Amino acid sequence: MANPLHIVVCAGIVPDPLQTLEPVVTATGPGVKNELVLPAVLDPWAASALYEAAHLAGKWPGSKVWLVSVGPKAKLQQVMMTIAQKAAFELVAIDAPIGGFADAEATAQALKDAIAGIAGLDRERLLLFGGWESASRGAGVTLQLVGERLGILDQFQGVDQIDLREDGSFEVAERVEGGRQQVSQCAGAPAVLGWATGNLAEPRNNPQLGMTNMHTVMPALQRAKRMDLSSNGLHYLSVSLPKQQRLTRVVKDATPEAIAAELAEWIGAE
Amino acid sequence: MSTATMAATKPMLTLPGDAVRQIQWRFADRFDLQMLVQSARSVARGTVARLVASGERNTHEWTPGKEAMLEAFDRAGVTAAFMEPEEGGFIAGPKNLALALSAFELAWVDGGAATASLASFLALSPIHERGTQQQVTRYKTLAAPQRADKDGETRKPWRGAFALTEPIPYVGVDTGMLSGKVEIAEWKESEEPWLKVDKRGRFITNIAFADFVTAAVGSADPRIKGSCVVILEVGDEGTFDRGVATKKLVHQLSSTGDPIFSLKVPASRIVGGYTVKDGVIVPNFNHSEVIEAVFRRTRVPVGLMTAAKLLSAVEPVIRYQRERFRGAEGAKPGSIRYEQGIQQREDALHRLVDIWATGEAAASLGFAAARLFDALDPIEKQKNAILKERGVQGGRAEIKALRESELRAIELLSLKAGDERRAELGADPLVQFVLMDAEANVLCPATKLWNTGHGANMMREAVSLMGGYGITEDCPGFLGAKWMDSQLEATYEGPEAVQRRQLTITMTAEIFLAKFRVWIHEMRAIAGTHAGMGACTLASAMEMWLWTLKTLQRATDPEGNKLYHGQRQGVTFALADALCWMVASRCQILDVLELEARGVEDAAAGEGLEGTVPFLSDLCHVQAARAAGETARICAELVFGYNEHPSWSDESHRGCFLASELAAYEGTMPGISAIAIDVLAEDGSHPQKAGPCASCAGNGEFLRMQNKLTGCLSGTRLAKDRAAETVKAVMIPAALDYPA
Repeated sequence: MANPLHIVVCAGIVPDPLQTLEPVVTATGPGVKNELVLPAVLDPWAASALYEAAHLAGKWPGSKVWLVSVGPKAKLQQVMMTIAQKAAFELVAIDAPIGGFADAEATAQALKDAIAGIAGLDRERLLLFGGWESASRGAGVTLQLVGERLGILDQFQGVDQIDLREDGSFEVAERVEGGRQQVSQCAGAPAVLGWATGNLAEPRNNPQLGMTNMHTVMPALQRAKRMDLSSNGLHYLSVSLPKQQRLTRVVKDATPEAIAAELAEWIGAE
Repeated sequence: MSTATMAATKPMLTLPGDAVRQIQWRFADRFDLQMLVQSARSVARGTVARLVASGERNTHEWTPGKEAMLEAFDRAGVTAAFMEPEEGGFIAGPKNLALALSAFELAWVDGGAATASLASFLALSPIHERGTQQQVTRYKTLAAPQRADKDGETRKPWRGAFALTEPIPYVGVDTGMLSGKVEIAEWKESEEPWLKVDKRGRFITNIAFADFVTAAVGSADPRIKGSCVVILEVGDEGTFDRGVATKKLVHQLSSTGDPIFSLKVPASRIVGGYTVKDGVIVPNFNHSEVIEAVFRRTRVPVGLMTAAKLLSAVEPVIRYQRERFRGAEGAKPGSIRYEQGIQQREDALHRLVDIWATGEAAASLGFAAARLFDALDPIEKQKNAILKERGVQGGRAEIKALRESELRAIELLSLKAGDERRAELGADPLVQFVLMDAEANVLCPATKLWNTGHGANMMREAVSLMGGYGITEDCPGFLGAKWMDSQLEATYEGPEAVQRRQLTITMTAEIFLAKFRVWIHEMRAIAGTHAGMGACTLASAMEMWLWTLKTLQRATDPEGNKLYHGQRQGVTFALADALCWMVASRCQILDVLELEARGVEDAAAGEGLEGTVPFLSDLCHVQAARAAGETARICAELVFGYNEHPSWSDESHRGCFLASELAAYEGTMPGISAIAIDVLAEDGSHPQKAGPCASCAGNGEFLRMQNKLTGCLSGTRLAKDRAAETVKAVMIPAALDYPA
């Protein structure tokens, strides 16, 4: 490829989705109960985007990946100790709370400012990656807003695959309704790609790579600016988890066929 | 679901996190170790936890699931932690702290997983410590996992097993009781000799899949001198029979079996090489020298495994206590019973505080030992080089050569701050070596002995706090399994008696005792600035222990036999036990001070420091009181316990009063009846007891110290109360971060 890729991955950290995430009202608005003690992980959809980015960059020599990440500094550091072993990147850190209730506008502006400030980034060659969904509340619009603010009009969401050509153009497969994919042709960067799960397995740890990444990760964490991500007038009347319904009855000696038929009927009725 | 209002902020908001631990255990500036911790944690709380939860511990056999765990170690970089960067690893230099942290993380979920990880390192350790350069390069390179950045490499890393063991069928290790034999199989003129090795192993970890075995054998041939450790490979000519799986009740995620080897190997497989002298093969290191170098380091991670379990028990026990009554008719949401559960009761909180304090002390001791070995390793190499240059070789010659350095070290310890000679003595590598070596010789067995032995008792306590739930497979955090596993940790790599025996010798070394005196002053100084940590209590206990040791070293029993003697384990082992309590408590205090000093500079740890440091200080106080109590009890038993109790002989109760005499004296000396202890009845019969009450004459100094120590316990229960209040309020996640 004539021009190596410049890929920026926007990837926040979120409380481990395996935890019970209970919304509560705090002094500063809605939050997640016990957020301070919840283990954090890189947002799984965004993590897919990072692995895809690293994979692409590996295929095109001279390419570079930046990871722009929002989260409390301490938790970012902890998560980076793992993520830095998975992919080569340069970290741009933003010290801000997580929990999923930050205003998407404010978050997008913070991300845009951080990206605009990256030294050596060629905006004409920029592929902006991120997750199309999030393990936090997930407004589902942040990445688009960042793209808009950066003036990138070619945007793809629910991306499963990208086939990059030598001339820089690419074919991209997006998820659409009904388990189908929409395949588009794009002339090339700049573009926004909000990834679904991608096709790559989580890379195995590479501690040597981690040690290399640490040379930029730790200074980036030290430089990270504290941001409050103001609400811009957004307020929540109430927040709640989706309701769970549990109807239990004890049935003896039912055949598998009868159980399956009843389940199918119940699902159909829902 | 409606929204709820978050509770008001409490003194210590959350359980101590990574940022706090990194400062306490001194790896805040080691990114390589922080990465290793996260990697080991991801395997432990992912692959390993799923294996345990799915019942993989319920078989003795090596299964595909267990094999997948090893591959997960490889993928995560845990296996590579033992290697140098040029061998495929990523951590340069000594790796004692690295392996300790890795074992700690794995044992947080399952001790068997930690053992499986450590066992390969154990097999490599004889080669690493004493092997020739050729051996080191070959086996460490083969054992390094495939590197993630080398596409297309499909090599499987070699796994190793270490075979020591005494005659079967019993299980355990005694370096003096070898059962394997080595003899010359073939020795052609000007060619390398071939050896015939016959060895039966018992309880050999990793044997189901080991590609090589480091085996200790004794010579059965006059052409081979003494003993050695040899490396056996699976492709060697002869029998490499992995034997049957050992039916152990613990650590089932590690492979253990009883192998049989009858193999022909080249003499170059002798670990550390050999020389030929007068037609006899003389191994450069006998098996004891190799094993001592190995176990000295690998025992520390084992002690930390039990420490991890204790600390891992805190969160599930808190959750159980709080949620205990939820769902019952009598516990409505919002009621105290619903919100606090068993934590309404002081006993439940106090017992958990004891477990937590023990875990903190055990971790502090173990990590201090690991760090010490990291510091000692390069100094030891320097020492070896200096002595070699001076032509000093061999055990006794080395001891003699280092005697002068020991005297210089003792002098250094006695010098006041600012003395000009301090810089000169402190810069001497041999002085540095003897100082560190003396401390390591105590900290290593203390970690293995106290962490696992007392730790196992406290794990039982943790299980008991979960009620009947604790002894079910459903118990969150696998506490029942961890309790049982801790018994193996107390046993393998040298059981408790072996550690006590070692301490009996090392704790009386002049240089260690000089250091111990410095520690007493150190604790007194800390008490001056940090009154609530128990440092003063500990210093008083340390003084009592030192006095008792010195007294017992001179004392004899009524028959004139020496009390402090290698064969008198009733004395020596008890003092060793007491010492372990104190060194653990000291390390705990020092770690909290480190957190207090450096935490403020750390953005991540600094936020909650106002709550975390006081709480951890209270735990120090609780633990120091317990350590002092144990020390006082042991010392009192030893000081008084070897005095013959007086009997009702004529001689013994010659000084007793008759009741009628006392009545008569009462008129002139009011109150004498209350003072007289042993009073004979009118018919001359004595009170119903063994004899006149024993006199404490001659032990005034001990009683003075005991009295002082008792006073030093002031405030310890208040510290426990405060800690209990924090335990009641501390925030925990809704669920464990691993399946259980």
